[in-house]
Amino acid sequence: MLEMLSYPFIQRALVVGTLVSLCSALLGVNLVLKRYSMIGDGLSHVAFSSMAVATVMNWAPLTVAIPVVVVASVLLLRLSGSGKIKGDAAIALVSTGALAVGIFIISMRSGINTDINNYMFGSVLAISRSDVALSVGLSLAVLALYVVFYHRIFAVTFDEPFARATGIRVDFYNMLIAVLTAVTIVLGMRMIGALLISSLIIFPAMSAMRFFKRFAGVVVCAAVISVVCFIAGLTVSYEFSAPTGASVVIMNMAVFAVFCGAAFIRGKVKKNQE
Amino acid sequence: MKQPLISCKGLSIGYENMTVLEDVGFDVKKGDYLCVVGENGAGKSTLIKCLAGLKKPMSGSISLAKGITRRDVGYLPQQTSIQRDFPASVREVVTSGCLNSGRWLPFYTKEDKDKATRYMQELGIADMAEHSYRELSGGQQQRVLLARALCASSKILILDEPVTGLDPIVTGEIYSIIKELNSKYRITVIMVSHDVKTAVKSANKILHVKNTVQFFGRTEDYLKSAVGKAFVGGGESHA
Repeated sequence: MLEMLSYPFIQRALVVGTLVSLCSALLGVNLVLKRYSMIGDGLSHVAFSSMAVATVMNWAPLTVAIPVVVVASVLLLRLSGSGKIKGDAAIALVSTGALAVGIFIISMRSGINTDINNYMFGSVLAISRSDVALSVGLSLAVLALYVVFYHRIFAVTFDEPFARATGIRVDFYNMLIAVLTAVTIVLGMRMIGALLISSLIIFPAMSAMRFFKRFAGVVVCAAVISVVCFIAGLTVSYEFSAPTGASVVIMNMAVFAVFCGAAFIRGKVKKNQE
Repeated sequence: MKQPLISCKGLSIGYENMTVLEDVGFDVKKGDYLCVVGENGAGKSTLIKCLAGLKKPMSGSISLAKGITRRDVGYLPQQTSIQRDFPASVREVVTSGCLNSGRWLPFYTKEDKDKATRYMQELGIADMAEHSYRELSGGQQQRVLLARALCASSKILILDEPVTGLDPIVTGEIYSIIKELNSKYRITVIMVSHDVKTAVKSANKILHVKNTVQFFGRTEDYLKSAVGKAFVGGGESHA
């Protein structure tokens, strides 16, 4: 098992993946509670399409995708906030629209199958040496901003009207959540895959919420679950030569099932005690 | 003292192209307990959202007294569906009211934490500080949100239907807490309520709205006025 750590691509995947798992778990708690669970799915398809353009034009995928997805994320939040188009419909529009554009563009080039496959389902090999520095830098920035604004993000998620009425800059913090989410999605999708990345946002938060009643508890638990599941998933994918993204998501599913079962049993025991 | 804390002039309020309230003018002075009453759909909640700064009036002005800013307003909104399954402890919710102090600190100061503890004691929820907010009863949840509003400000409290969905006993408890905050600490209270009978017992001023201001003045005068008699006396369905 330790021999896998001797491969540079595994080392890179481990570093970037752990950081991205942390970011997505933290933001995921807020997104799930804000009823924006599917935003990750929509954004990853936008990322797919912008990476397709980058591939065709021979540009660096990350540098193209990050600004595009950040803009899309802010627009999505604005669109669903305006009330004209409801949140879930807005995400579905953006998601499928972007996917279509991406597939259209990528088909202009030969050898499309590997590229589509890699972007859709993720690949550990996708992270080049030059990407590591950017990914680590950006995910540390996401983590730092989340920690600094933790209490304000909590206030805005729990009760937007109250926060607004008492003079907290709600729009700024919503924008911040959108930008941080966008960056996290782009960094994670190449390893986990555009189709699977949103599970990294949803599963750890959902599992943590089975057990913890305090917000801080949920956030910490989600972060731990996410990192553990990522490392376990990476190991499994190495051992069985399985795709990393799918392995990580299956780990998350297993943890969710265990937590649900444990919460159910705890509920029964409590009832019997009463 | 002479100068009103909040002064509204010629307010028009509505949604998109539909005006609900026109030409609304009234003053709120320090220590007032103003209750906004009116029928369902009369625009009470919309009016109070304007006062809380959540909505812009279509025309007219809301001016705050010198030295009073948004940060001096504590607000108790109607509960949202998000809060019903939100994992948060009572302490976390109450302390979050302190965030509007304008300081740029990532963490709560000791002062903030003490303030939160003090108001939790004041409202009788100190022993459930570590309990989950979503597992509390409706009345307890309202106490938590009141404590949070007080953390935000001890000058002006804006309350949007604070007793919706509560049983009569708990409703009475919440009203007496609000009354006590008003008389003991001279906190200015502006409240919207469906429950006009109980509201007139504690408020010293009444603002009755329907299309425009039907009555604004002292509660005693309201109870003698034609509009007040009709609404309080005949308004069984609104009680």
